[in-house]
Amino acid sequence: MPINYYIFLSLTIFCIGIVGVLTRRNAIIIFMCIELMLNAVNLLLVAFSKMHHLQQASTSAMAGIDGQLFVFFIMVVAAAEVSVGLAIIVMLFRNVHSVDVNFLNRLKH
Amino acid sequence: MRLGACLLADMQIASSLLTNMSVTQILFWLLSILAVISAINVVISKNPVYSVLWLIITFFSISGHYILLNAQFLAVVNIIVYAGAIMVLFLFVIMLMNLNKELEPQKHKWLRFIGVIAGGSLLLVMVAALKDAESAKQMAQVKEGDIGLINYLGNVLFTEYVVPFELSSVLFLSAMVGAVVIGKKE
Repeated sequence: MPINYYIFLSLTIFCIGIVGVLTRRNAIIIFMCIELMLNAVNLLLVAFSKMHHLQQASTSAMAGIDGQLFVFFIMVVAAAEVSVGLAIIVMLFRNVHSVDVNFLNRLKH
Repeated sequence: MRLGACLLADMQIASSLLTNMSVTQILFWLLSILAVISAINVVISKNPVYSVLWLIITFFSISGHYILLNAQFLAVVNIIVYAGAIMVLFLFVIMLMNLNKELEPQKHKWLRFIGVIAGGSLLLVMVAALKDAESAKQMAQVKEGDIGLINYLGNVLFTEYVVPFELSSVLFLSAMVGAVVIGKKE
């Protein structure tokens, strides 16, 4: 499968995530769009690792395995991020009774 | 009558296209279309619960892509961690807040339009830039290659990457403490 296809698929999903972050006001949906972007990047990392593996297969058998480990670490960081972020959203909801990000502008005052 | 003939010709073209494609390619296109459609639905659904469910479908199709690339460990971890743990957390928070009615005020129509234009231009620029890139001619190895198997991944993870692995456990601990401290009622 040409690497081109994977690049364009990940770009499409990443840009859908960006449009979601820019256009929605619900904090939880903005958060889910960030997860969508992380997953697009993960897919591209795996595709590049397989591309590298195919290129370097003659020199070393384990070429390209770093890419898949990076995906593993990205998942770890994403899980930690989600736990803290959802705690912040719950605290926000308890204080202002809304998850509308426009309410966050009171941080200015 | 002509419409029927056209339809028949179209179907013949489609079936010849399908027979020319291998199973891997058919699966790739099916999973890609599913991923993109469900990703779009995450953004446009009004109800946050439906957004979560569409996001779960997106994660499953991305896991399908991992299996296609023979990254089996990552496919399983993706399903367990994302679709199993993170999305359930999202669902719980949404149901805890009782947000499943459509009370959220929409953003201004202009702002939404500008957001779509901005994201679309980013997509356009990146596709135009990468379309003719030299490295884009390479192939990605599908359905073979051993590097995605747990045996090899574990060997490298616990020898070369053991320090980041231990650091990530510290990160998890601090995230847990942080979540409890932030979420605690005072």
